[in-house]
Amino acid sequence: MKTSNNARASNPIYRRRVWVNRFNMLMSLATMSFGMVFLIWILVTLFGKGFAAFGPALFTQMTPPPGSDGGLANAILGSVMMVGASVLIATPIGIMAGIYLAEVGRESLIANIARFVNDILLSAPSIVIGLFVYTAIVFQFKQYSGWAGAAALAIIAVPVIVRTTENMLLLVPNSLREAAFAVGAPLWQVVLKVTLKAVRGGVITGVLLALARVAGETAPLLFTALNNQFWSTDMSAPMANLPVVIFQFAMSPYEDWQRLAWAGALLITLTVLLLNILARTVFRQKTQ
Amino acid sequence: MSFQVSLGNDASAVANATKLKINGLNFFYGSFQGLRNISLDIPEKQVTAFIGPSGCGKSTLLRVLNRMYSLYPGQRAEGEVMFNGENILDPKYDLNALRGSVGMVFQKPTPFPMSIYDNIAFGVRLYEKLNKSDMDDRVEWALKKAALWTETKEKLNQSGLSLSGGQQQRLCIARGIAVKPEILLLDEPTSALDPISTARIEELVSELRTDYTIVIVTHNMQQAARVSQFTAYMYLGELIEFTPTAQIFVKPQDKRTEDYITGRFG
Repeated sequence: MKTSNNARASNPIYRRRVWVNRFNMLMSLATMSFGMVFLIWILVTLFGKGFAAFGPALFTQMTPPPGSDGGLANAILGSVMMVGASVLIATPIGIMAGIYLAEVGRESLIANIARFVNDILLSAPSIVIGLFVYTAIVFQFKQYSGWAGAAALAIIAVPVIVRTTENMLLLVPNSLREAAFAVGAPLWQVVLKVTLKAVRGGVITGVLLALARVAGETAPLLFTALNNQFWSTDMSAPMANLPVVIFQFAMSPYEDWQRLAWAGALLITLTVLLLNILARTVFRQKTQ
Repeated sequence: MSFQVSLGNDASAVANATKLKINGLNFFYGSFQGLRNISLDIPEKQVTAFIGPSGCGKSTLLRVLNRMYSLYPGQRAEGEVMFNGENILDPKYDLNALRGSVGMVFQKPTPFPMSIYDNIAFGVRLYEKLNKSDMDDRVEWALKKAALWTETKEKLNQSGLSLSGGQQQRLCIARGIAVKPEILLLDEPTSALDPISTARIEELVSELRTDYTIVIVTHNMQQAARVSQFTAYMYLGELIEFTPTAQIFVKPQDKRTEDYITGRFG
């Protein structure tokens, strides 16, 4: 420790604060690295094991029986279709509910109840949602289907979109809202043309994050979409999808299935990573 | 306490038609009373200034005139504000139509997140169906009225947010007059602006007086003296004095007004 000529630097109260500061900095660095270590560990393992099976065959061939070559084409297609459908269903519902909470209901009783229920839904275990859709749709139609899978994923995506849309709209300063009312605009014009437009980047970010969230869900699809060995675009039949294929292949004793499971896991992780980066850079900048 | 101010003995205040007649107005923020028994006649095609120390209720009074307070549950007004023969405080009064005829410009510039052109066209489209060339004419007319046309005619498609603070405020004024209101409410429109922008907006207010009834809230007494024909001095939610501007600054009738304008407090 260098001694300073400034008397304040040797003040005991000040010295103590310097040490407390150092200790706290060290502790927060340590906890931060604890989290980072596992994240990097997961990524390194995924890249190491998943890259081996990466190749054109992954995207062109069907999931194989044990012992033969194959890819994940049908599972990728199924995931894209079901996740896409779920987001198409969830986005309008979620945005409209978010608008209701932030612009119309506000502190009313109904809005507070809706907000509370939404928070419960936000943290509901996805397996419960899977079981719900199983009894509500699969059991009724006696048929596992892509639509049932999309419905389960949509139920998971809606609360995420509701929450981000509401939070984004609450960021709009009241002065802008008042200005729009001041030219004589009715509420729906104020929301659609002014406040929602002012935060559209943030709302799109919320939709992308919801998409990333449902892309990796396994449990709800296990009970609803099940799986399919073949190339199928029929949403009313059982449908292959990456998470369930990963689950099934990773649990198997066959080495080539395990390799495909690693490749699938890497593929999902890369997609989610890309969506997050997209959400955080491209659309964030547009709002400013 | 309140009193109706007589303008009869002042030569400059010859028989102005009344645009807004405020009668026995009380205003509440929850249980707090923000305005006490205000009665005031706002003259047509004149500039009326509300002055007074912070918290005296001048902005509150302004926000009653286009029912802006109705956006917030818990705020309510009692009494009467007559506009074209109807009481705008009537719960059944159509608020969107009211705000179409009583425009407002705020303290901070609030351009909408859209192009300069659409900022102005937004309000017009709500009540009029104009074809492209008529709308172009209206946008040009409003921007010229607000002394912003020469600076923006080349970039009407750029975002309204790309303008400087003073330009944004003039855009808000253009937006306010584009819908052809009868009354324009200005809530400290220059408090966030530099002196040059302030001077331009003051000039603009003087020009707009020929077509519109203008009510301006200001912290700045010199500004009230420069732009207004009538001045209301408010204090603690009460209207203390309402007279022609020339008179209030030279010969205030109330001791409290005199103390304020001579800088003894406030």
